[in-house]
Amino acid sequence: MAEVFDRVKKIIVEQLDVEEEKVTMEASFKDDLEADSLDVVELVMELEDEFDMEIADEEAEKINTVGDAVNYIDSTQS
Amino acid sequence: MSSLLEGKNIVVMGVANERSIAWGITKSLHNAGANLIFTYRQERSYQKLVRLLEKNNITPKLTVSCDVESDESIKVAFKEIEDKVNVIHGLVHSVAFAKREELQGEYADTSRDGFLLAQNISAYSLVAVTKQAKALMTEGGSIVTQTYIGSEQVIPNYNVMGVAKASLEASVRYLAEDMGKYGIRVNAISAGPIRTLSAKGVSGFNEKTSIIEEKAPLRRNVDQDQVGDATLFLVSELARGITGEVLHVDSGYHIIGS
Repeated sequence: MAEVFDRVKKIIVEQLDVEEEKVTMEASFKDDLEADSLDVVELVMELEDEFDMEIADEEAEKINTVGDAVNYIDSTQS
Repeated sequence: MSSLLEGKNIVVMGVANERSIAWGITKSLHNAGANLIFTYRQERSYQKLVRLLEKNNITPKLTVSCDVESDESIKVAFKEIEDKVNVIHGLVHSVAFAKREELQGEYADTSRDGFLLAQNISAYSLVAVTKQAKALMTEGGSIVTQTYIGSEQVIPNYNVMGVAKASLEASVRYLAEDMGKYGIRVNAISAGPIRTLSAKGVSGFNEKTSIIEEKAPLRRNVDQDQVGDATLFLVSELARGITGEVLHVDSGYHIIGS
């Protein structure tokens, strides 16, 4: 889980151009990291590439916080 | 590195990020020696564009703001291009938009304003920029836009954008007739599904690419670089005899009956 979080965090920092400290499991993409809907789609695509997986549309819609993304990825990696 | 477009000034509209079809086109045109002029709409695209260009060691001739929804913005953008570059030889139009909620479910549910918005940004924008570009293409020119097979056939969820692309392709033909007498060619590329930001806005995109891998004659997916090279061909003098055409860059998928 910690390893997944670090990789997700790195992508978020690069994509959204935010400070590392802001990227916590509880942080909301829209409210805390100021991502718009296009940013979120881009982020999902980057995560798909990084973890070599496909995130279905209905799953992607449920991702609101960094934790949601980490938990979802973690559940598919094992 | 070829010199097909050495000394040619080409306007590229629609780079949003590294996955954009317009970015694949940028790389091909740059490798052929073109001088590139970029337009962007949003600040976020501008930032990404600047970073991408730096990362790839491409120095743009000019970068201008242009919102294709506004005639005034288009006019101002092309005035700036005229003032700073004078003559242009090519224009790449790689711009489209529809509401995400209308890229799923039934086309019958399309709203009036959603329909008009898709037509406005995705089809009329070509007409509007062609009019402005014509004035700067005093040495002749080539205009290339991007379409998708959803204009010819029903593709699930593509809906309002399929109808906008049909309108775009018809515009290519009418514009080709109008522009021909000024030595300006107008063509479209109909690319297979490519994993771009826009494509991800269409529900169920992931399934589309697997169909190409399975069924298209070449049995492999299409990428931005293939579209870039085909666009380079249409922009260049190699395609001097071609106008009003929709060229499929889709591993041959469009010839297969279902």
